[in-house]
Amino acid sequence: MANYAVLLVAALIVISLPVLTLFILAPLVRASRANKVKLEPYECGVPATSHAFDHRFSVRYFLIAVLFIIFDVETVFLFPWAIRFKQLGWFGAVEMATFLAILLIGYFYAWKRKVLSWV
Amino acid sequence: MNPWMLYLVWPLIKFLIAFVIVQVIVAAMNWIERRVLGLIQARLGPNRVGPWGLLQIVADPIKFLLKEDIVPSSAEKIAYFLGPMLPLVPAFIVFCLIPFGPPPTFAVTHTNVGLLLILALTSTGVYGIILGGWASNNKYSLMGGLRSAAQMVSYEVPFGLSIVGVLMLCGSLDLVHIINYQAHHVWNVFPQLIAAFIFFVSMNAENNRTPFDLPEAESELVAGYHTEYSAMKFAFFMLAEYSAMLVNCCLMVSLFLGGWTLAIGGYGLTTATLKSMGFMGGLLGTVIFVVKVMTFMMIYIWFRATFPRFRFDQLMDLGWKWMIPLALINIFVTGIVVLAAPEMIINGSVVPVGETILAVAGAATVALTLFLIMKPRAHAPKVIHASRVSEA
Repeated sequence: MANYAVLLVAALIVISLPVLTLFILAPLVRASRANKVKLEPYECGVPATSHAFDHRFSVRYFLIAVLFIIFDVETVFLFPWAIRFKQLGWFGAVEMATFLAILLIGYFYAWKRKVLSWV
Repeated sequence: MNPWMLYLVWPLIKFLIAFVIVQVIVAAMNWIERRVLGLIQARLGPNRVGPWGLLQIVADPIKFLLKEDIVPSSAEKIAYFLGPMLPLVPAFIVFCLIPFGPPPTFAVTHTNVGLLLILALTSTGVYGIILGGWASNNKYSLMGGLRSAAQMVSYEVPFGLSIVGVLMLCGSLDLVHIINYQAHHVWNVFPQLIAAFIFFVSMNAENNRTPFDLPEAESELVAGYHTEYSAMKFAFFMLAEYSAMLVNCCLMVSLFLGGWTLAIGGYGLTTATLKSMGFMGGLLGTVIFVVKVMTFMMIYIWFRATFPRFRFDQLMDLGWKWMIPLALINIFVTGIVVLAAPEMIINGSVVPVGETILAVAGAATVALTLFLIMKPRAHAPKVIHASRVSEA
């Protein structure tokens, strides 16, 4: 437990660094001469007609996110299996091969449905 | 000794020392990178501030501090401030978990799930980028943030899968155990050559470095997710990015290149040998570790100077259609070979048959790939010199 307590205290120390510099040190020394034009979003020089929040973005980003969840969970399942791999022997190998085979069916289905290709 | 001293104060002092050294390396990397890029491109690089431009390391943070801090009026304020500050914390406390030299003196803490914790902490880096990119309320930032998130998330998968092969050989999530295993067998880069390659490519993509620096493709997206960030907040993004690079190099060295040891089959500078030399031995181990890590940092710079940028669909294809199947095949082959050919004892000495087979198979795969790439094509496209285009 003590090892994890060190992590927690280190996190507290580390978070004080950006807070101190950004909110206490920097306002004392930095220049600040803001005006309305300067605070506009950086775009093209003329006043922007729309905000980024008004626009929608490609559904492919969501598909990538969903696929990532599937494969990352797979990786999480693989980790404990890999550590006990030598002890589990052939039984464990066949078990994991079955799991991966089921997953690969989904993978090739996604590939066939052109989820993986961007254009 | 007082348990408070032993378990909290000493580790924290060690953490602060490591933290300061990492900060210096990160600040110095900025200068080293520009200088080395200059040398590669036959120009000088920053050489005005101090001898060889070395004081640039100090001048940059001062400039960051004095610069005007612009917060766009349309930004989502809380998320806008959290964006650069959130990824700093995991990027820095990861250094608690990395053993820089023989433990317990040269590692801050030691947990038996160190690798899992490091992976968990480093993968939170994507939150800062997507928060910052979204909260800026700028079209370039939003697109840069989305691209960056999709890219980091895509390469997270092969990144994790490439480690599985190493875990199968070493049987532990403890980096100290993995390093000791390598000192007593062989560096994992030999039996896990393909995994090391996948790990290296994915760690380049994870850190948004050339050739995978699409989120910052300046010709299309200005500066990507940090377009609207200036002064200290921009510096925080840079700090987090370079710290993440350093962490990934430390992981690469610990997982595949024997960490602080310099030994094969138990001969050479193993942990026991270094420990028998006392404090100086530990220091020597740390120096070996740092040299290996800095070699990989140099390779990052070399890559940046050498490779052109990928297109976004090529990047996604490489991640999903090549890296993931390759990593799965690597796991499959490693599993079969390790089970079918366990270590044999011939004349009293341990012969790692499985690892030898894996090393030979990996080398053969690389040789075959190189041959297929380098092979002259039967119908080579006709090359026309630029000055004669009008004639062709």
